[in-house]
Amino acid sequence: MKDLRLMKGNEAMAEAAIRAGADAYFGYPITPQSEVIEYLMRENPAERTGMQVLQAESEVAAINMVYGAAGCGKRAMTTSSSPGVSLMAEGLSYIAGAELPCLVVNVVRGGPGLGTIQPSQSDYFQAVKGGGHGDYKLIVLAPATVQESVDYVKLGFELAFKYRNPVMILSDGIIGQMMEKVELFEQQPRLTEEFSWATVGKKPDRDSVIVTSLQLQSEEQEKVNLRLQAKYREVEKNEVRFESYECDDAEYLFVAFGSCARITRKAMEMARGKGIRVGLLRPQTVYPFPYDAINKLAGQVKGILSVEMNAGQMVEDVRLAVNGKTTVKHFGRFGGMIPSPAEILNALEQKIIGG
Amino acid sequence: MAENNIISPENLVYEKTSVLTDRVLHYCPGCGHGTAHRMLAEVVDELGIQGDTIGVAPVGCSVLAYYYFDVDMQEAAHGRAPAVATGIKRTMPEKYVFTYQGDGDLAAIGTAETLHACNRGENFLIVFINNGIYGMTGGQMAPTTLPGMKSSTSPYGRDVVTMGNPLKMTELVAELPGTCFVTRQSVHTPANARKTKRALKKAMEYQKQNKGTCFVEIVSNCPSGWKMTPAESNKWMEENMFPYYPLGDIKVPS
Repeated sequence: MKDLRLMKGNEAMAEAAIRAGADAYFGYPITPQSEVIEYLMRENPAERTGMQVLQAESEVAAINMVYGAAGCGKRAMTTSSSPGVSLMAEGLSYIAGAELPCLVVNVVRGGPGLGTIQPSQSDYFQAVKGGGHGDYKLIVLAPATVQESVDYVKLGFELAFKYRNPVMILSDGIIGQMMEKVELFEQQPRLTEEFSWATVGKKPDRDSVIVTSLQLQSEEQEKVNLRLQAKYREVEKNEVRFESYECDDAEYLFVAFGSCARITRKAMEMARGKGIRVGLLRPQTVYPFPYDAINKLAGQVKGILSVEMNAGQMVEDVRLAVNGKTTVKHFGRFGGMIPSPAEILNALEQKIIGG
Repeated sequence: MAENNIISPENLVYEKTSVLTDRVLHYCPGCGHGTAHRMLAEVVDELGIQGDTIGVAPVGCSVLAYYYFDVDMQEAAHGRAPAVATGIKRTMPEKYVFTYQGDGDLAAIGTAETLHACNRGENFLIVFINNGIYGMTGGQMAPTTLPGMKSSTSPYGRDVVTMGNPLKMTELVAELPGTCFVTRQSVHTPANARKTKRALKKAMEYQKQNKGTCFVEIVSNCPSGWKMTPAESNKWMEENMFPYYPLGDIKVPS
């Protein structure tokens, strides 16, 4: 029987973490995502599955607790929102450098600085282009619904362990806070495997395991980087995910991700009602980015509008994908403002069709 | 007597523990790290917990401690060792976990992580090497640098009015209900090294009993950073460091 619930995005992700067989959650409260740790503390997963939950003294500590648990081969995760994720940038770089698996959720709010507690997509660059120091990549999943938020918790852990790489769910204050119908997956078992790369206690028949991102010799550090880059190419080959709507006959194209893609879909329907043949491509992974799919559509359409709740970030990846084949413009509201479908339609008409 | 006759099992009175690797230490001549490593490794050996011990190395001179301890280890970001150790111990509660941190790592950039791990009473051992200077980066002022003491960032001596006072982390953490055993030792003489070893052993035994955080400070020397010979540095340590950082147990379990 299906396990259907009406749940808030943040609470649904917390429940999904328990059901995904997570070993540990470390977090620090910040709006608009504090319901994750509140739900976990209330649910007391130590009794349900043995999962450990701890409120850390800071986001800095939380991500380093994730590092420690991940270094033991455990399914570890944290959640935060924009200012907190900035504090985690150091730890994420170390986790990527040490090639550890973990899941990090960013329920994005508007910035810069303390910004606002309202939803935004202004952490796109931070999520997909770096955020911390060094050449590293997070695998970044961008849910548009509470259902996807739940499914990506499970998928996120799978990808994290498949590639031994940190995975980020790039949510936002809309998806985190809204309630929707969601089908929960069944309880998954917790890991019992002892990984060869994990610190689980040295066995007499093997060398000690060292979890580190330090190589003092440049030649060795370059080798680490080459290995990471080879891994990222594999990720780019295998893990691109997107959905497209009404693209077959499209003369124009919207590109939008996350909650913004849902609003843009409404704008697409309104445009179609007016006889404007516009389609929508919604990246579900923003790293790896669906460059090829957008490039293909670029040969077909007269113009592309990248709709984002930021000042123009993903539009740079859209331009890279399009590579000059057609016009690319950006439309965004930011600082916590949410665009209306009418505004988006108007932007299409002004910037692309009339532009 | 020929050398071959002397090297025989019955004449063996002391040997290097197998919990230390054969790798040549990178530490400067006369530095206390080597002895501190050895005391900790001997404790792990004698308790028979090599396969159940997970260590966390810091950023600082002992950043490469995992080259020398033959146990599974993780390298933490600067100051984050107690948070990393928390993640390890919470998910591997049956293991013996230790951090090994210098004064910059533990008492400056990692103050929050140190205090909160101790306050939560995390069941692991924190080994704190205090030599009052940043050795790895070339002799800058540490949070534990003594008043008037010269370093490359306090070239006229530490002026406590503008640079603040040396921080007594060990006394601070002893105040927290989460700590179980807090002590300050040194390794500059054989007698002191033996005392340190006894303290480390006690700490590991308390960890087995889940009694809370054990905190062992080792006041140490830094001949290179202090610009002294090893012998001079030990004398200077006795005359200047010990009055400010007195040796002995600060908190013992009841």
